[in-house]
Amino acid sequence: MSNVLVVEDSPTMRQLISFALKRVPGTQVTEASDGVDALKKISGGRFDLLITDVNMPVMDGIKLISLVRKDPNHRDLPIIIITTEGADEDRKRGLAVGANAYLTKPIQTSSLVKLATDLLGGVAAQLS
Amino acid sequence: MVEPREVSVLQRKAEEFLQIFRKGEEFTQELLKENERLRFRVAQLEEGDLASRRTDELTVKNLRERIALLEEERDRFLARFKEVEEENKVFASKYLEVEEENNNLANLYVASYQLHSTLDFEEVLRVVQEIVINLVGAEKFVLYLRNERTDELAPAAAEGLNMADAAPVLVGSGIVGRVGETGESFYQESIPTFQGVDFERPLTAIPLKINDLVIGVLAVYKLLVQKPGFSPIDYELFSMLAGHAATAIFSSKLYSQSARKLSTIRGFLDLLRERPAE
Repeated sequence: MSNVLVVEDSPTMRQLISFALKRVPGTQVTEASDGVDALKKISGGRFDLLITDVNMPVMDGIKLISLVRKDPNHRDLPIIIITTEGADEDRKRGLAVGANAYLTKPIQTSSLVKLATDLLGGVAAQLS
Repeated sequence: MVEPREVSVLQRKAEEFLQIFRKGEEFTQELLKENERLRFRVAQLEEGDLASRRTDELTVKNLRERIALLEEERDRFLARFKEVEEENKVFASKYLEVEEENNNLANLYVASYQLHSTLDFEEVLRVVQEIVINLVGAEKFVLYLRNERTDELAPAAAEGLNMADAAPVLVGSGIVGRVGETGESFYQESIPTFQGVDFERPLTAIPLKINDLVIGVLAVYKLLVQKPGFSPIDYELFSMLAGHAATAIFSSKLYSQSARKLSTIRGFLDLLRERPAE
């Protein structure tokens, strides 16, 4: 069973992402509405993939990723950014801070499913 | 007169000659036998050669027929392979279509689910904004709602721009006003590369309708930088928004009005109960 944490302030996007991830077999989704909520959930559980928005109240996605990467336990946690910010410098910033992939909204759910499957497949290969 | 000695010599010579002659005869007979044997063998071989030639010809004929059959089979396989290749291409393109359809359905399902998940007016407006930002990919837009008394479309929510900058629009006036009047969607034919905000000329204006009653207009002025134009799913989403957002906005408005009225009536009844009997 793979655990995915979806961090999004928009309930619509949270539902869409969770709905899409149902197509990745053996995936359980946990939702968080901002960075602080996500950090609490990360510290209390084991996750195989983190999907986060960038612009969120309380704590944004960039800050969240930098904190996650500083934690030795989550240094290798695969991270996907899903954001409305489509400029090149935003993409570079997101990848530089430690995200593995950068998707812009509106997303194609099939692309997200493929990406999540690949990243979770990598995790499964490492575990085996 | 022949002498006896000469006679004996002659006899011996005669015998020698006879012996040689007999040997010659034997040899000749042996030669004749050998000749006969060889003729027989030649005949045998000739017969065998003929038979083998006949067999070879038959084999060649059979092999030629087999080659022809195999070539025919190969051509059939090649034709089938091409057919399967074509089918495969069709399946691949259908798979992509199904994937796209799946994506569209997921978007539509989530959008309509969220729209009808609340009866709170402000919450419904927020959901409409979320759909337009996240699922359509609009950066700047205004949601106008119709005021029946003034016959104006007044901004009720805005994203990416100051709501105060968006003035109310008279129904029938300008693109937004005409969409509010006719109930027909407006789409700009081509999306300009540089998208500044021109309130008089939105990229699209979608009427929010309940049957033929237009209760508002969604006007999109700018798309996200990564969004080059509208895709088929956007038209589906706009069409869904036209009906479902209108119903959700209308019913949440009615609900909040009825909740206010209920609260007023309750207060009035409480007041009556508290009033001392005269």
